[in-house]
Amino acid sequence: MNATAAEPRTGPRRAVGVDTGRPLCPAVLPGGSNFYARQALNRRRTAVLVATFVAGVVALGLAIDAAWIGFPTETAWPVATLVALVVALCSCLTSYFGGATLVLTSLHAQPLRPEVPEHRQVLNIVTELALAAGLPPPRVFLIADPAPNALAAGRDPEHSVIAVTQGLLNLLDREETQGVVAHELAHIGNRDTLTMTTVAVLYGAAVLLADWARRSLALGGERRRASALALLLVLVLVAVAPLLSRLLAMAVSRQREYLADATAVQFTRNPLGLARALEKIGLATSPLRAATRATAPFFISDPLRRRVDDREGRVADLLSTHPPLRQRIAILRAMAHGR
Amino acid sequence: MATVVLLVIIAAVAALVLLYNGLVQLQNRVRNGWQQIDVQLKRRHDLIPNLVDTVKGAMQFERDTLERVMAARARAVAASGVQQTAAAEAALSQSLGRLLAVMENYPVLRANENILQLQEELTTTENQIAFARQFYNDTVMQFNTRQQVVPANLIANFFGFAPAEYFRADDADRATPGVDLSLTR
Repeated sequence: MNATAAEPRTGPRRAVGVDTGRPLCPAVLPGGSNFYARQALNRRRTAVLVATFVAGVVALGLAIDAAWIGFPTETAWPVATLVALVVALCSCLTSYFGGATLVLTSLHAQPLRPEVPEHRQVLNIVTELALAAGLPPPRVFLIADPAPNALAAGRDPEHSVIAVTQGLLNLLDREETQGVVAHELAHIGNRDTLTMTTVAVLYGAAVLLADWARRSLALGGERRRASALALLLVLVLVAVAPLLSRLLAMAVSRQREYLADATAVQFTRNPLGLARALEKIGLATSPLRAATRATAPFFISDPLRRRVDDREGRVADLLSTHPPLRQRIAILRAMAHGR
Repeated sequence: MATVVLLVIIAAVAALVLLYNGLVQLQNRVRNGWQQIDVQLKRRHDLIPNLVDTVKGAMQFERDTLERVMAARARAVAASGVQQTAAAEAALSQSLGRLLAVMENYPVLRANENILQLQEELTTTENQIAFARQFYNDTVMQFNTRQQVVPANLIANFFGFAPAEYFRADDADRATPGVDLSLTR
């Protein structure tokens, strides 16, 4: 059915995960190579990152409260911290409750039609894997775009949706599609909307706090209570907070991608299907037209395809919502060999 | 002193309730898992006569294979209980796999839209059975492990919990190489 697959396009861009000059299958994967070990590792890392994030935002907030408002000697409540968290929370509620609808609308997604054999197959695959995951089968949508990609959204399993692009249907065979759908169901099962909303709230609060501190400084900061040294410390915190929180948010997002890969393997017990799918997706060069920075984190691979994602190196990796495909494929292949 | 004793009793009762509820939840998940397998098995039983009818004309020289599939299906429909069902369904998988392998030799079947669709339906049913079985067995493992470890092992027996049975394929099934059911690859 999908035999007309990919004619790999040639171009200046190097194939991600195909030839990197490094061995694709490290003999020993740090952290273990079965999916239970991988999941445990990614969950631990998420927990550490989120805990660090919470501690950082609270520290920043309390420092600003102490320097400007005189907490805890003059006021009983750390007002700035609380207000920042509440405002950030409120601004994230819409996307938490309406996120799925917003994403689908902005990408012009249409429901799959069971009478079309190609769609029927995807619906069947979703039903299969929902059984494997023990989740209610999500609604499935089609994005009319030739770039191969897929996404999952929705606040909980009952309200979840999956969308695939026409390009994905054309490119992948049944086994590979299964891997991709399993990855999306893994996001749903792992409650990644909740995790990423939490991270968005923390990021929002950090940016708000830093912004307030800078503004009140620019206005002359009428109530500076702290000593010069303490103030300097706060200023340094304020200066690095936005970048640091962005890095932390991206790091959590990447861990959730790794976790979804490992969980997908738990569902299909077939790491190579997803590995091959990612290889094919990495070879396709076209960006997804309707995707924006707001919807990018929902996809299985970065739909914007900024050059930064293709460059190798730690700095590029740190700024990305998705781990490098090359790395994900290497881990999946190691899982296939290490069983 | 009295308050301490009271607190200890409350804590003990709360722990007991939590343990018991945890076990009940897992037990229900095991039952639900079994239901899911059952649904898929029934679906397969319904699909097979369709397939056999559709390919009969083109595959006159394979009467044997077709009859074996129908006989295995009849035994699977009649089976009851986890062990018997598992064995009968494994035998059915095997004869079905053989039929689908033989079908590869008939190019006329590959061109038939109806058969391609039936093929997809059978593929997904086979996968659903496999995944439902995987989920069921994983849940059974969780349930049984929970009953065996401290502290639930102290109360599981008392409340009448018993280890659940795995849905095991018999040796014949395991010896069969995996069959890819899609003709298009």
